[in-house]
Amino acid sequence: MSKINLQFLALLTWAIAAFGLASSTPVNAAAKACLPFGDIQANATDVPTLRRGAQLYFNYCAGCHSLEYMRYGRLAKDLQLSEEDLLNNFAFTGARAGDFVTTSMPPGGRGNLPGSQEWFGVTPPDLSLVARSRGVNWIYNFLNGYYPDPKRAVGWNNLTFENSAMPNPLWELQGIQEHMVPAQAGDPKADAASVDCSPAALKVVSAGSRTAQQFDTDTRDITSFLEYVGEPAIIKRETYGIWALLYLSLLTMLFWLLKNEYWKDIH
Amino acid sequence: MARPTASSAPGILGWLDQRIPVVDFWNTHIGQYYAPKNFNFWYYFGSLSLLMLVNQIVTGIFLTMHYDPTEEGAFASVEYIMRDVPFGWIIRYMHAVGASFFFIVVYLHMFRALLYGSYKKPRELIWVLGVTIFLALMAEAFLGYVLPWGQMSFWGAQVIVSLFGAVPFIGQDLVQLIQGDYLPSGATISRFFALHVIAMPLAILLLVVLHLAALHEVGSNNPDGIDIKAKKDSSGKPLDGIPFHPYYTVKDLFGASFFLCIFAFVVFFQPTFGGLFLEHDNFIEANPLVTPALIKPVWYFTPYYAMLRAVPDKLLGVVVMGGATLILFLLPWLDRSPVRSIRYRGIWSKLLLASFTLSFLILGYLGSQAGSETNTFISRICTAIYFGFFVALPFVSAWDPPKPEPDRVIMHE
Repeated sequence: MSKINLQFLALLTWAIAAFGLASSTPVNAAAKACLPFGDIQANATDVPTLRRGAQLYFNYCAGCHSLEYMRYGRLAKDLQLSEEDLLNNFAFTGARAGDFVTTSMPPGGRGNLPGSQEWFGVTPPDLSLVARSRGVNWIYNFLNGYYPDPKRAVGWNNLTFENSAMPNPLWELQGIQEHMVPAQAGDPKADAASVDCSPAALKVVSAGSRTAQQFDTDTRDITSFLEYVGEPAIIKRETYGIWALLYLSLLTMLFWLLKNEYWKDIH
Repeated sequence: MARPTASSAPGILGWLDQRIPVVDFWNTHIGQYYAPKNFNFWYYFGSLSLLMLVNQIVTGIFLTMHYDPTEEGAFASVEYIMRDVPFGWIIRYMHAVGASFFFIVVYLHMFRALLYGSYKKPRELIWVLGVTIFLALMAEAFLGYVLPWGQMSFWGAQVIVSLFGAVPFIGQDLVQLIQGDYLPSGATISRFFALHVIAMPLAILLLVVLHLAALHEVGSNNPDGIDIKAKKDSSGKPLDGIPFHPYYTVKDLFGASFFLCIFAFVVFFQPTFGGLFLEHDNFIEANPLVTPALIKPVWYFTPYYAMLRAVPDKLLGVVVMGGATLILFLLPWLDRSPVRSIRYRGIWSKLLLASFTLSFLILGYLGSQAGSETNTFISRICTAIYFGFFVALPFVSAWDPPKPEPDRVIMHE
């Protein structure tokens, strides 16, 4: 193999690797979404992170949002908990280990209780794959992007997901942050206020039960948990990958030597 | 027909060979198939295409065991494979990433033919069969892309199938015939599934066999584009030829394992490839009521998609897009150069090929982006260059003075 070709191969490998690394966090599907808090590195393979994320998810999210492709038993295994512990702590619906994580608030209501459709106008979406469709950065920014907005039916608006029908589930933890650029009547930039996209646009005006730093960790943990839920295989994918690459590079080396041995007489 | 090596072979091989020509077959296609000794980097992609075909078939078989080709079950069954089937995620990623890698190696394989004039006489039929495989592969990839039944599956199917509606008179009936319904639906999934797992793979396998049979009949071209059969030794073997086995089997084993390193890297570390191989919107189940913000095909279709969008008229756009693939068939008869390889062609031929390649790459990028006026404008220029290549080729190839070809192939150590 000529020198040029080796260089080409090296270049090709480098290009693919570089592109792969550059794109290691999912691009946000909604191109125009406002992400004032920037990109984060989710940590979907760290068990303590996932446990904290799961705890927050089941306390603050699971009431409305199902994880219809996630089984409790799989969660127990991956979070390294016994099924009994997991079901006692996380399953508030009397579910069993083989069951999927469903919500206790079905869209159409239960008995004479109203359904989620009636509560919010829309059914809260299933979040099994939200980290794959929206991306982890979107989730993190969304969880941090709430501010009160009297114009909205539920009283909340969100920088990342404007006019979302979802109220802020984490306000007790975060406190209340105001939108700092209120729209003023007659101001030609009035509409601009609602799209101002910077961390400075929001400021905590009444403290919650968590400090700003603790709350940041909380939202990162939920995000990491949702990334894991989007792809449970992520727990072992890269570990397997290292072994596969070790094996294949050894094989490549052997075949390279074998090829050279056979080809040494060809000129 | 006498086969001296056959009857003399001892044991099981001898017994077998007296009944079916295994030794003869081995010798014709591998053991005594003389290939030029100067194959370079570009010559890996033929065997790699075969490797990817095998990968797609083997992983496909396992996916078929768990996939549910119904409107209710399709999306969920893919998630079931990703989560509950042991090693299902590896199989699914290998299949999805494999589709993209298949196109990477096939595009490079085709570019090799353009570089070294491998389509020129006497290899026209190999090229024609190859282009047919390429078309079959595009159909196969499209059918497979619909099966996970995500948003892009649905809307991609909607856009592509509706193109058949541009056919005069029978268009709308044709669309309904293809999707089995007024919209892409469960009926579409089940027929696309049948075509994807049986019809197209059978066709592709047959075409690959013919592609190789035609290649082995006339022999391989090489980077110098000269005929190695013109210079033979006393026993009638080409002086610049070496038996495929062991020389190219060991070389291709190296190529395959090196390639698999890259493949495994993507499968295990970047399986969605930043949304390029597995698109973000396809992790949302198909919903006929919600149109995604940007409907675009997977990357390997984007050059043709950009051409489709560049033409304002729907029927004409379809004609241009179809024409862009079909015109490849004519290549062997459009190239009138006395030499095959780009190495011995003049500067104008090189510039022509370079501009063709560049326009194709730019179209690929534009096709993946949202439509805009600038996008359409550049797409039109590139589409013109793409077709201009085929228009200019007969003249440039005949007129551009070639450099002298060597007598024997040149080895670059």
